[in-house]
Parts: sequence; structure tokens; C-alpha cells
Amino acid sequence: MSRSPRDPLRNERIAAESDPAADEGGPKLSRRSFLKGAGAAAAVAGLLGVKPAAAGGAEPEPPIAGTAERLGPGPVNFNLRVNGATRTVTAEPRVTLLGVLRDHLGLTGTKLVCDRGACGACTVHLDGAPVTSCMMLAIDARNHEITTIEGLGAPDRMNALQNAFVAKDALQCGFCTPGMTMALSAALGGNPNPSPAEIKRAIAGNICRCGTYPHVIEAALAAAKASRSRA
Amino acid sequence: MIKVDYAPMPFVVAMEDAMRPDAPAVFESGANVGSPHVNETGNVAAGFESAEASVDAVYTTPVQTHVSLETHGAVASWNGDELTVWCSTQGIFGVRDDLAVHFSLPPENVRVITAYLGGGFGSKFGAGHEVIIAAELARMARAPVKLMLSRAEEHVATGNRPSSRQHVRIGAARDGALTAIELEQHGSGGIGGGSGSAAPYLALYRCANFRTRERNVYINAGPASPMRAPGWPQGCFALELAIDELARKLNLDRLEMRRRNNPSPVRALEFDLGARAFGWDERSRTPKSRGPIRRGVGVASAAWHGIGASGPQAQCVAYRDGRVAVRIGTQDVGTGTRTIIAMVAAEELGLPLRSVTAEIGDTRYLFSLPSGGSMTAPSTTPAVRQAAAHLKGKLMRLAAPALGASPEDLVISDGVVRVRAEPNRAIKFADLCRRIPGDSLAADGEHVPNYGGYSMTQAGCQFAGVEVDIETGIVRVTDFVAVHDAGVIVDPLTARSQVNGGIIMGVGFALFEDRRLDPQTGLMVNPTMDDYKLPGVFDTPEIRAYFVEVANGITNTGVLGMGEAVHVAATAAIGCAVADAIGAPVRDLPLTPDRVLAAIGAV
Repeated sequence: MSRSPRDPLRNERIAAESDPAADEGGPKLSRRSFLKGAGAAAAVAGLLGVKPAAAGGAEPEPPIAGTAERLGPGPVNFNLRVNGATRTVTAEPRVTLLGVLRDHLGLTGTKLVCDRGACGACTVHLDGAPVTSCMMLAIDARNHEITTIEGLGAPDRMNALQNAFVAKDALQCGFCTPGMTMALSAALGGNPNPSPAEIKRAIAGNICRCGTYPHVIEAALAAAKASRSRA
Repeated sequence: MIKVDYAPMPFVVAMEDAMRPDAPAVFESGANVGSPHVNETGNVAAGFESAEASVDAVYTTPVQTHVSLETHGAVASWNGDELTVWCSTQGIFGVRDDLAVHFSLPPENVRVITAYLGGGFGSKFGAGHEVIIAAELARMARAPVKLMLSRAEEHVATGNRPSSRQHVRIGAARDGALTAIELEQHGSGGIGGGSGSAAPYLALYRCANFRTRERNVYINAGPASPMRAPGWPQGCFALELAIDELARKLNLDRLEMRRRNNPSPVRALEFDLGARAFGWDERSRTPKSRGPIRRGVGVASAAWHGIGASGPQAQCVAYRDGRVAVRIGTQDVGTGTRTIIAMVAAEELGLPLRSVTAEIGDTRYLFSLPSGGSMTAPSTTPAVRQAAAHLKGKLMRLAAPALGASPEDLVISDGVVRVRAEPNRAIKFADLCRRIPGDSLAADGEHVPNYGGYSMTQAGCQFAGVEVDIETGIVRVTDFVAVHDAGVIVDPLTARSQVNGGIIMGVGFALFEDRRLDPQTGLMVNPTMDDYKLPGVFDTPEIRAYFVEVANGITNTGVLGMGEAVHVAATAAIGCAVADAIGAPVRDLPLTPDRVLAAIGAV
């Protein structure tokens, strides 16, 4: 069956690019290199017969070359830029961006559905590009501009796309709607005249169990038309 | 600290294995195969005797899961012996009653709130283990507890559409008139029953001689629960494919075959409308391409009975500041209930829609039924309309002295109350509301028992077009025409959304969906949304919906529920179109490339 052209490694790459240490000339940290580094650390520790430092133990092991900051496993403080504001978060490094948005920042518009990047319901923007927030750690979103559905508009001041969703009944239960809206606005934001095929590609990774896709396409076309007539 | 000891037990997860005499027993007492539920009329043997042609074939359908995007679960919070639960449910009052029984509380001590829910499709009735566990934990923790199931838990434990194995025999006379239908059906809803799929065999076509025997087969798997027209999509798939096979034997046009056995005058009209819109005559007679892409068309009949029932009560309230609220303890499972309730109240009160607020999803409001079986629109709108009418009567009595007229001489439209004979004598609704003594004026309404009406069923039909790549076996559904009796359409937008959704869910059942259990471990091997395949936007055909608004006279709104009627025939129409495209039926769902290639003898 047809599936999303969404780059499966996109979150991974953003994580690699998101390393704040990189700006300071420090070593790069990505989840992949972190895991590699952690594996190497464990292997070295095993070879030398040295136990890794336990929580609350003595001095932690010095970082192995090639790894960077060690965070967690307990909660750490960090800042996120969300919908134009800086928010301070205290969360374990293992917490996903979706988890922080919903459970720490109260931004429950972003939905948890499949929990593995398969359905698009948790789509948010990272520097304007769509990412599945269930597949990304919150700490990897530091130093990026995060936009959630709440950042697009509120019920009393919806943007053109949100208005079009209402006008065209582009939702049934509404649970896929935030992800659909974020995916569409990211893909079509700079496109004043999207074709139905471009709209379909934009939401190819967004699953709607109610089967409301035809009206979503109509809404995206209507929103583009409304934007053109304003321009 | 919880310590669990596990002991592996013999188990069985395939229906055919569970039917063997030496199969492990699923229950300590009772057989794996239930006793048959039989429906019989006429003389089936004589019917087959008189048949010019007959079909004898076995059709199977897999277990389908609901995959509501929001999983089951709740937030539970206690205040003394009062429990409040925010729950993803299709039936707030059912959840309330389950919790009241479990905790031995009077029902009024339990409040269930469902402002919105992320889909249900029949799986979210009653409290369920997860909601009771959340409430138990909240009581022990003396704190609110949130418990939402994971996607895998949702797949395994919250219900499914049972599988089916349908052995169909069907015979017809030379003119296509059905002479006999016989169904031997087995189906498994895991440790649950309710697998029967005979209903469409009894409802869709005229046949004097039929016998259906339905049996539940139990396996060690999660229990079935209702799913969008329980039994119907399975039954329609097998029956409609068999009808097509029979029409071919009789060299009859497949639509004509259906016309000749159709008992519904409404569907007769719908067949004509749909055939014209779809281009049936031309498309069904177009010779097949000799290239790799083969086009096919199919048609299938739909029926349901979304006529609603009594029970719902509604309240309409006008406030001194001009606001109007309509409150009813229903819930919007995604069908647009909130929208159409406001529309009905606004229309009855002669107000613009924006001035009416619909408030639903709270057991503090008056009772309404669970949202399932296409019951909600036809059950709630009559209560809402009556409440609005009663409120209008009170408002007219309030307006009468101000306008120097009697209440029965007043009319209200576009937010203005006027004397019927002298429209210039008028008072704006907002000004009238300022005359309300105290804070507000309220009136209740109820769904009175359905009137006799013209018909207690609703007819429909759907036409499907497909393209099959005979080199890869991949099926693409290109387009659909759906023609349905929906009574009075309140909101064409939400009605069309139901049609789109019913057909797209039918695409999933036809092409992709299949719960797979590992015979070695008994576990579900595809409990995720990447392995359990649902249709996406590129799998969605072009859909054209036509509504035949039958003035049925059933209630004061004449509204019918749509959710099931638009779903029952979709998979069948696709199956028939695929058989047409490749010249051979694929009798097992889903219609995967391997099965398509096997049907044409390519593998």
C-alpha cells in the first residue's frame, strides 16, 4: 500500500544537527552516537573490570572520547522554544518531545496514537519542518523553534487552514486533525497553489481511522485559495 | 510489590485448529464450537432442486480491529465517595452504571465526562477493565489517576470484528430469481461470541427458501466487541460475491440480477440513480484490457435500520443575555452529533446556528443512549427538537404580552419574533430574552416512541471501480458511487463524511486489515500501526455520495443514522470489482497481492 514519503531518518538527522555542543566546538551528540558511545563505554568498562558508576555513587567515570555530555537518568533542566516562547522543562532525558509537550507543558493538542512514528498524529514543526514528536527526545529539540497546533491558532483566532478544516468538515473524531493540520501547513506553507497530489503527499504519513481524507484535501485547497485571495 | 507466577497452558489461536476434536479447550467447561444459531424458512432442498444454476463456495474474512486513534482509558478522580471519570467512551451512562455497580455507589455519585473522544467504532461501551483499574488506583493512591492503553494493548484487549468462514450455497432460476440460500457459518471472536454474519442474507434479497446456521468458535484471543455494523461487512462480502458468481453462470448482468431480487422500492430507485452516476452499463460491458492493468466494477446492496429508539431526553435553555444552550447526555463519537443537535435546536427556535451551543458528554445532563448502531442521530434529534419546541412555546408566551398578541399568533425566524399577520410588530430574540424573569428559561424534551412510519429500514447501494495490476497483484480502488436513504439530512457535510469514512474503512477491510496471531506463542504479531495496515490518503478512491431523502415519518425529525449503512456494502463492492477485473473471485479477505495472483493462476 502507499505510504509516506516522509524521510524515516529525518528525526534522526535533526537530532544529529541539534547538538548544542556543536555550536560550542564540542563533540557531536546524537541518539545514534550516544548509543554507540554508551555501548563502547560498557565494553571498555567490561574489559577493564571496572563497574560503571552507579547513581549516587562516587565520582562518575570521565567521558569516553567520542561521547559528549552525560544526562540523566534523573530529571534534568533544559529550555525549549515552543510557539515563540522559551519554556523551562524538568524532565528525564528519555522523555520524548511529545511527552514533554503534553505532560509537562500542557499542550495536549498534539496527540499520542501509535507511539512509533507510523501515524503522524503527533506531528509538530521543528524549525518549520514536520517531525513526529513521539520519535524524538525532548532534549534533542533544544535550540530549535518548536511549533505545535496551539501555535497555529486558537479556537477564537484560527488560521486559514484551521478555518478551512471547520468549513469543509475535514474531521470526524478529530484525533488525527492536529497532525494533519501541522503536516499540511509545513508542506504547503510556501505553496500558494498546491495540487491535490501535493496535498496527498503532505498527509501521506497521517492516518485517519474515520476516513476523512477527502474533506482534508478539500480543506487544504480551500485554505490555499483563501490565502491567494488575501494576497 | 506484585509477584506473578506464570504456568504455560495449552492454547489454540487458529479457528480451524480450535474446531478439531483434540484441540485444547479454550474454556474449562464448554466446547470450542458453540451450538448453531439457525434461521430457516421455506424448503431449501426444493429450492435447490428448482434452481437453474447454483454456486457452492467458501468465503473467509479475517479479524479486524477497531484501531480508534485514541486508545481506551480514563482519568479517574475521587472526592470522598464521589467519583469523576474523564473517559474515552461511546456511552457515558453505561460507564457510569458499571462504575456505580463496581464500587457499590449510587449512580448519582459517579460523574462521567466525555467532551470529545478519538473514535470508537463500537469498541468503547461500558467501563472496561482499564477504567475500573484507573478508578481503583485513584482510590488507593488518593490522587487522580490517568490510565490510557498502549497501542498494542488496544489491539489485543479492547475488542475486534470476529473472523468468519462462510460456506455459501445459493441457487437461482433462469431469470435470476433466487430459489434458495444456505449459509454454514463459523466465526471467531476470540474468547467472545457474536460472530454471526447471516443478517444480510436474510435482509438484502428476496428468497423464499433459506437456512442460515451460525456458530461461534472460541480461540485463545482477545474478545470481540461490536464493530461498525457487526456481522454485516463479512456477510455482505460473501453473499455479494456469490451473487456475482451466480449471475455469471446465468449470463445475467450483475446489477440486473440484483434488481430482480431486490425487495426494496427505495433501493430500486437507488440502483437506477447509482448506475447512471457510475456509468454501470458502459463500464460493466467494456472489454478488459490486454495489458497488465485490468479494470473492474462491482455493485453491492446495503441495508441498515438506523431508526433510533426512545430514552434520550434533552434540555433547551435560553438565558437573559440571549444565549441558548441545548444539553443532552449523548456523546460525539465523530459523527457530528454536537453539530446536528445545535442545528436542529437552532432551526426549531428560528435562531442562527451560532447563537446555539450544544453541550454534550456529561452524565450531569439528561440521559441519552450510547452512540452505536447508527442510533445517535435518530434518537437524539427528536428529543432535542421537542425540547426546543417546548422552549419556543414558553418564549412565545413571554413575548405575547409585549406584542399585544396571543402566543399562537407569533412566529420566530432569523432571531426575530413577529406577529404572523403583522410582521412589523416584532421583538428581537435578544430583547425578548431580557424579559426572562430570573436567569433563564428552560424546557425539556424526549424521544417519544417511534411513529409507525413508512419504513423501518434504510436501503442503499454502492458501486466500486478498481484497477488490478495482474503482474504484481496489487489492487487499487479508483472510485465509488454511494447511494443511500438517510431520511432527512440535517447536515450534508457530516453526512458525506460518514459516507467517506464508511467506504474508506471498507477499503481497509478489503485490502489490508488482518489481525495475525502467532501459532507458536499465541501473541499478536502486528499490534502496531505500521504492521496492522490501515488505508491512507493514497488508498482513498474518488467518492461520490447521493442521498435519497425518504420522508419516512418515523420521528419528528425523520432523521436516520448513517454510520453503518454506508459501511456494510463497501468491502463487498470492492471484492466484486476485483473478481470482475481478473475474471476470477478472490474469496478470502484481505485481497492481498498473493491471493490475487493465485486467483489468476499466476503463482
